[in-house]
Amino acid sequence: MSLLEVKNISKIYGSLKALDNVSLKVEKGDWLAIMGPSGSGKSTMMNIIGAMDKPTLGQVILDGKDISKESSKSLTQIRRDKIGLIFQQFHLVNYLTALENVMVAQYYHSIPDEKEAMEALERVGLADRAKHLPAQLSGGEQQRVCIARALINYPEIILADEPTGNLDEANENMVIDIFRQLHKDGSTLIVVTHDPEVAEVAQKTIVLEHGKVAREVINNEK
Amino acid sequence: MKKQKMFLRMITASLFRRRSRMLVALLAIAIGATILSGLVTIYYDVPRQMGAQMRNYGANMLFLPASNDDPVTMEDIKEGISKIKKDELIGFTPYRYETVRINEQPIMLAGTDIEATKLTSPYWHIEGEYPTDSTQMLMGKEIAQILDAKTGDSFTVTYSKEVTDLSKEQTDEQAKNADSTLSLSVSGILETGGNEEKYIYTDMSVLNELTGELGGIDLAELSVNTSAEGLKDYLSKTASDKIAPKLVKKVASSEASVLTKLQALVFLVTSVVLALTMVCVATTMTAVVTERRKEIGLRKALGAPNSSIILEFMGEGLLLGGFGGLLGSAMGYAFARYVSMNVFNSSIDFKILLVPVTMAVSVLVTALACILPVRSATDVDPAIVLKGE
Ligand SMILES: Nc1ncnc2c1ncn2[C@@H]1O[C@H](COP(=O)(O)OP(=O)(O)OP(=O)(O)O)[C@@H](O)[C@H]1O
Ligand SMILES: [Mg+2]
Repeated sequence: MSLLEVKNISKIYGSLKALDNVSLKVEKGDWLAIMGPSGSGKSTMMNIIGAMDKPTLGQVILDGKDISKESSKSLTQIRRDKIGLIFQQFHLVNYLTALENVMVAQYYHSIPDEKEAMEALERVGLADRAKHLPAQLSGGEQQRVCIARALINYPEIILADEPTGNLDEANENMVIDIFRQLHKDGSTLIVVTHDPEVAEVAQKTIVLEHGKVAREVINNEK
Repeated sequence: MKKQKMFLRMITASLFRRRSRMLVALLAIAIGATILSGLVTIYYDVPRQMGAQMRNYGANMLFLPASNDDPVTMEDIKEGISKIKKDELIGFTPYRYETVRINEQPIMLAGTDIEATKLTSPYWHIEGEYPTDSTQMLMGKEIAQILDAKTGDSFTVTYSKEVTDLSKEQTDEQAKNADSTLSLSVSGILETGGNEEKYIYTDMSVLNELTGELGGIDLAELSVNTSAEGLKDYLSKTASDKIAPKLVKKVASSEASVLTKLQALVFLVTSVVLALTMVCVATTMTAVVTERRKEIGLRKALGAPNSSIILEFMGEGLLLGGFGGLLGSAMGYAFARYVSMNVFNSSIDFKILLVPVTMAVSVLVTALACILPVRSATDVDPAIVLKGE
């Protein structure tokens, strides 16, 4: 059984089909990239997989459970237990330190553990920035805090929507390296990106166009 | 780490690291709490203050002659006064009234102790000065109008002996001989808005000199600082075969009615201020929730249930309420003290019980003010607010 199975989903806004009969399978440990022009439905897809939104039609089976018709309350629980989110805008809580931002995810998931949160920051190379507020961190550093926060509860799937969209080349490479490490450690990754360099390090890239899967590309392991 | 500890860490960080916004709400709460604790403090202290204060509106006890035929002397008055505790007696003023004439107008002259009137009739308003020697008199405003008198004018005051007993056999010549006169200057015009304006006042010695005899005291006014029961007690204690003591009712009853009105006023002002506080806190909280939509969305995306979001914002609000209440208690005491010093001229006790009460009311008001804004926080859709722009 696949970790994630998206079956014929559509998301319809009035007359607009943001997603149009899309199907997709992701196995445990997969690293998938999603590309496509602006407005092609990438974020819509991520929101549905990430249990933040529901499809108009179709099924989303995550870890053996259909989440396409769950109440918003149980979707909240699914996000908490199974999903790690990485955002283009980082979305750190601006009055909490890097360490506290990681601990917020622990707080909602189970119990805050400062030591463990510190280890997560170490993994992304930010141990020495733990006590800094987001405003005192560079964009790249903020994104790494965001990644540490996504990792902290060992989610089933890590979803990243344009994780390098706001970063320069050096920071982009750093994020790619972290993803490589996560993949090596067995994490399941789905990354939406415009950047071919970010896409080609994944095992597979699917390209969305007008809400449909236009093609799939299997990347060669480098 | 415990969950509660992280909760406290988050809400205190929110309050302390995002000072400017919360400062407005804190200020609103603190001001509300200040008015609350300040007015309540004053309110509870006022009956005590009013006791002393109301005496400012005149004497609260009178000594009258027990019988018309038996003149009351100063010694009799002092005998009665001796029954009253020294520290409760603010002052007493004897009055002797005689009819005199100025410019052929019959006028009542009151011989008194001018210094003592300052204690028993502190509300007297004088245009000019109190008389300082035996050539001066204080003139009621009404008399001054009749005589067209101004401060500094001099008048001849005529007293006719036995005016009432004037027998028919006496000639005008003889009557004239019985007259005595004094020239007195007006040191000041007395304004009270009451009967006092129909009299002229001199020192007792001036009247005695004019009449050539020590007349009986017609009335003594007393100002006694004690409770209503205390006054009643003195009523029986000071009564003798010479003196018939009476209470001045007007003051006693107005004291009570002023208190009721004051209570209503304190209640009204406090309610209005608390309502305003509530509006201000609600507005601030609404702005805060709007400002933090992204953060709320993020928390929800991380899996925070609505109950957690409510708890966190309420936690912040209530912490603010408690802190504002504490601050308000301190400022309220300062405020009450200031008012008491300036209005009543006395200090005020710090009531420790008022601190938890003020804090509780502040927390309650804040909680009520937060309900709507905080509920709106749970409406945030993470998929929408977190969308990249
Ligand atoms: N809440 C919504 N209501 C109406 N239309 C929506 C909503 N969310 C998305 N859309 C529409 O759905 C389409 C797909 O949007 P989506 O955000 O998935 O695009 P995207 O592929 O992520 O684009 P980008 O690369 O610019 O982020 C767009 O045309 C968008 O206008
Ligand atoms: Mg997008």
